[in-house]
Amino acid sequence: MRDVAIIGVGMIPFGRRDQDSLVDMLAYASLKALDDAQLGDKAVDAVYVANMGGGILQHQTAIASALVDRLSLLPAAADTVENGPASGASAVKNGVLAVASGYYDVVLVAGGEKMREVSGWRATDFVATLTHPEVEYPYGITLPGMAGMFTRLYMEKYGLTREMLTAVAIKNQTVGTLNPYAHVTMAITKEGILESPHSVVNNPIIADPLHLYDACPISDGAAAVLLCPLEMAKKLTKHTPVVIAGFGQATDTHTLQEREDPTDLKAVTLAAQQAFTMAGIGPEDIDVAELHDAFTILEVAESEHVGFFKKGEGGKAALAGRTKLGGEIPINVSGGLKARGHPVGATGVAQVVDITWQLRHELPEGRQVLGATYGLTVNFGGFGNNVLSLILKRSA
Amino acid sequence: MAVDMELEAVLRPPECPQAHYPAKVITLANSKRMVVREVTRDDVPTLLKAVHPTLFIDKDYYNVVGARIYSELLAWQYYRVQNEFCLVGQIDGIMVGMVNSRMYTAETGMSLHTLAIDRGLRVGAHLFAAKMEHHIEYLGQDEVLIVAESPIGFRRWMIEYGLEPTTIPHELGGAPSYRLTRELYFASKARLVVGDRPVPEELMALAEKEIVVADEAMIREKIVGLRGR
Repeated sequence: MRDVAIIGVGMIPFGRRDQDSLVDMLAYASLKALDDAQLGDKAVDAVYVANMGGGILQHQTAIASALVDRLSLLPAAADTVENGPASGASAVKNGVLAVASGYYDVVLVAGGEKMREVSGWRATDFVATLTHPEVEYPYGITLPGMAGMFTRLYMEKYGLTREMLTAVAIKNQTVGTLNPYAHVTMAITKEGILESPHSVVNNPIIADPLHLYDACPISDGAAAVLLCPLEMAKKLTKHTPVVIAGFGQATDTHTLQEREDPTDLKAVTLAAQQAFTMAGIGPEDIDVAELHDAFTILEVAESEHVGFFKKGEGGKAALAGRTKLGGEIPINVSGGLKARGHPVGATGVAQVVDITWQLRHELPEGRQVLGATYGLTVNFGGFGNNVLSLILKRSA
Repeated sequence: MAVDMELEAVLRPPECPQAHYPAKVITLANSKRMVVREVTRDDVPTLLKAVHPTLFIDKDYYNVVGARIYSELLAWQYYRVQNEFCLVGQIDGIMVGMVNSRMYTAETGMSLHTLAIDRGLRVGAHLFAAKMEHHIEYLGQDEVLIVAESPIGFRRWMIEYGLEPTTIPHELGGAPSYRLTRELYFASKARLVVGDRPVPEELMALAEKEIVVADEAMIREKIVGLRGR
């Protein structure tokens, strides 16, 4: 297996992009990644596109074929990867395997989603198509509903509080104000969303005990990375190469109620363990992490399941500021899904883009983790039934 | 222009006495304080400056809402609409949104429009709630008839307040009205209507000193820019 490097990255601002089609967004992000890589005359051998909802929301399938043609990358091989909200990291993993195997040299991985051209209700319903079609979806379950029940269990089992969840929301939206790619660039305060009696309107319940500011926005957006063998990257790129040091993926039961302990996100633990084993490091070696905080509870739970904190300690750590920039393990210094947004197919790729910028030490003060060498991502599909974790390393 | 008061007496709709809305202050999600207060006909030229850029925003029905508010404000200024009132939201004096409405009869309110300029802070939700508060608690009306031009409005008003559907055509386009009754209002009040009174003197003085309106490009960016939505 060859070492695989990220030679180029690109992202477009997430938000509501009425003027752009799904393929437009993927093309813009891909062009940025290609420009960043400065490939010269090296051809792109294959393109993997992460997208969950083109067939449902845009009535468009075979997105990868469309992107290759739009970018004039013919006759590159093209594959669309649909793996729910974990589509992004799945596509990156497939790209890494293709390069590592020696079959392809240069692979473009793009992820994108266009969710804002339908109402919030329809977007929520679209994401809920990942739930069990017989025992969950027909009864009206949605991802916010699942997250609400999960949070209630977590509160009862571990003493998690709203104040801890609020700390996550404030942290991520605060740093999001510094991210030019973030959908939400509005700072919020503890007074405004928790303490003031007026917060009952500012921050209403959406799925008890979760409130409005516990959830990520529904966004349009795209991100892309370009992969090649490390040895080729050293010759081609002006950047310090960032390598894929490890990855892992695991699944869990489709339905939450089949799990022995629904608060135990086994697939997160297994995916992270695989990634750590492959990279030959442990959680204590990670300098910065992008965790899948579609809801604030997920950042807390994932921070425990990947091994940064003991079970039940993640919320306390967030409240104590241990996960802020400057803390012992900065989490979601991009603003996370909470502020950057969550165009589902794009998210896993966007996490890799943000970590790459961190490891290249390219981010401005206020967002850059000084001296970062290792970064970790968790891309959480379903409600933890398909999870990927990637570890990236700044190459010496 | 010269006004022939004899003719005006014929042209102007008759009005019934209208209670004043007492100003309040609301702490928003970012801790900024929004003063919500009633404005007068004298303020209409300033309000029109804020509404004007929305006439050309073909998104989320802002152009429809903006055009209708524009005409409603003019009609109010020139006494061509009965018993209209207008509330504005101001942060540091800057206008961030407005609502208007009118008394259809002494017992029934006719909700007109809600316009949020600063988005993402629930300014529209707070201002709509203030409008309902005025109808029910200060004007003492029994019900308010409501329609929504946008899906956002429908979700916010009809769903959040649990409004009753009726077959009564609303004067905004004739769509069947939804009805907020006194009973429904008080059932929802604790979770939807907030604000402190009296407004601290310095905040009120700043709000009353001038309604500051952002320039047109800024208003357009606040409403349809990529950020904050």
